Amino acid sequence: MRKLIILLFAVLLLCGCENTSESLTLNVYNWGEYISDGSEGTLNVNEEFENYCLEELGKEVKVNYTTYASNEDMYNKIKSGSASYDVIIPSDYMIEKMIAEDMLLKLDYENIPNYEFVNEDYKDLFFDPDNEYSVPYTYGMVGIIYNEEMVDKEDIGSWELLWNEKYKGQILQFNNPRDAFGTAIYSVGGDVNTTDVAVWENAAEKLKAQKPLVQSYVMDEIFNKMKNGSAAAAPYYAGDYLTMHDSNESLKFYFPKEGTNIFVDSMCIPSCARNKELAEEYINFMLSEDIAIANAEYIAYSSPLDNVRKSETYIADMTEWNEEVMDILYPENLGIRTQYYENLDSDTLLLQNSLWETLKIENAVEPWVYITSLSIILLLASIMMYSYIIKKIRDNY
Amino acid sequence: MKTVSKIYVALVFTILYIPILVLMLFSFNSTANTGALTGFSLYWYKELFNSPDTFNALKNTLVLAISASTISTIIGTAAAVGITKFKTRITKSTLLSVTNIPMMNPDIVTGISMMLLFVFIGTILRSEDKLGFGTLLIAHVSFCLPYVILSVRPKILQMNKALPEAAMDLGCTPIQSFFKVELPNIMSGVVSGFILAFTLSLDDFVISYFTTGNDFQTLPLLIYSMTKKEVKPDIYALSTLMIVAVTVLMVLSNISSKEKTADRKAALK
Repeated sequence: MRKLIILLFAVLLLCGCENTSESLTLNVYNWGEYISDGSEGTLNVNEEFENYCLEELGKEVKVNYTTYASNEDMYNKIKSGSASYDVIIPSDYMIEKMIAEDMLLKLDYENIPNYEFVNEDYKDLFFDPDNEYSVPYTYGMVGIIYNEEMVDKEDIGSWELLWNEKYKGQILQFNNPRDAFGTAIYSVGGDVNTTDVAVWENAAEKLKAQKPLVQSYVMDEIFNKMKNGSAAAAPYYAGDYLTMHDSNESLKFYFPKEGTNIFVDSMCIPSCARNKELAEEYINFMLSEDIAIANAEYIAYSSPLDNVRKSETYIADMTEWNEEVMDILYPENLGIRTQYYENLDSDTLLLQNSLWETLKIENAVEPWVYITSLSIILLLASIMMYSYIIKKIRDNY
Repeated sequence: MKTVSKIYVALVFTILYIPILVLMLFSFNSTANTGALTGFSLYWYKELFNSPDTFNALKNTLVLAISASTISTIIGTAAAVGITKFKTRITKSTLLSVTNIPMMNPDIVTGISMMLLFVFIGTILRSEDKLGFGTLLIAHVSFCLPYVILSVRPKILQMNKALPEAAMDLGCTPIQSFFKVELPNIMSGVVSGFILAFTLSLDDFVISYFTTGNDFQTLPLLIYSMTKKEVKPDIYALSTLMIVAVTVLMVLSNISSKEKTADRKAALK
């Protein structure tokens, strides 16, 4: 017994003592499934970076790669000051917010010579007009995915497909407030970054009108639902359509004519970073041709880098996978209004969140459930009181 | 009436286990489609072994679960023995109510309050990494403790109080009598407390989410971060392997306990 305890403690101690020798650690915090990680025969970018550091720079580096599911999760983790990260990859509006709150460090472009490969269209964007804090990683647009066997040809082309009574119970909607309200506001040609209360309330009304037609509010569940044909139409990101099309050839995609969302995810260095130079080295590495192509092929979103878009290997691989790839990821002459999500001020955010909660919670529980449970509780309470009283009477007797 | 109750039990078991069986079935699917079975293949198992992130998360989760359940079992058993030895009723009932608080607290309250506590202490101590494996371990031990105490205490109450006294009469020191007489009697409670703590720690998401650092990602956190894009079926393969491992362990422990009671009965005869 004693020997067992000693053995257990020894094992615990060994687990605790990782090698804290001269190897440097780089803490990277990224979206889930957003880097080529070696699965399904792809390149393992983090391992390649560690090898590159060892061979080219002579440094022993360990990459601590952790993931998050939303910008807000990442923001809360960093804001609470509880952990330090060297490289993070937020979306456009979150970068705007973090710059305003002094949470990002300025980049030293001497260490990022590969920045020249970034396409001019993705420099000087609204959230970082002087490109001091961020380097674009991927970008994309929201569009509508539909199953051509379940949807008639004349109903496509607009956001209204998602409000079409004909497809009641087969429509999916985003399960996060920003994107869901976005679909409603884009469909009436409004400004998704407005502070006008009336616009938000109209959008909430429109979403409420849509609720009886919606099969469910989804994020990643959309892949399965569209792939096995349980839903007919859904809004989602362009690159993810390509992944879904792989499994179900009858899925098709279009950008709605009233306008849609464009987003950019960029690499930044937060102010809590410990290894700024190594972080810049990592960012530079991600911009190099082979790595950027591997990432772009794995994630299947659009790449803002010229050395990827013009690369024949990339174009050949992607077109072999799906012939419409270049038209969907890099549409020319789109002719449709695209708008970025910008950081909303706190009043509008509060309004958006409360409208979203009202939408989700309303009618969630039918009144008969309340009545039945209340009557059951009353029944049980009366039975207990009755038996208690009888017991007291018997004791006194 | 007997057949009705048998049907009822069968129904309950079906509802409990069908999701697990579907998961195991689709882990052998040759594509990522969860609507149709396209063919038997071990592709996702091979993928699982190729994916360093998933393996890292699994290793982290297991290390955390084993350490947290071991530490909380040791502390919990000692606590249960100590609480039972108190003479005044008020002390005993206060301690028991305090023990119940972490159980009744919603996970999110525990998670956020622990995170605030660790950041506060970290700021005072000027430590670089305020959250990490240590803080995660402390958080897990603290929410596993009440369950261990709750498992061990009934066994202590059931035990014949005369036994340790008899051992001491025969020359044991109190510590020796605890280890040689009391502990074997309450061992089944300790083991079930350990298993309960292990399961809770393995499964926990909310508290881990708030108290982990930048280098320790557990499996639930990894799977949650995949929810914007797809959850790949190598996770199904991983879950199948974990379920099989747990089932094998349970079966083995049941067999060994049956053998022990059979041995004991034979020895008494």
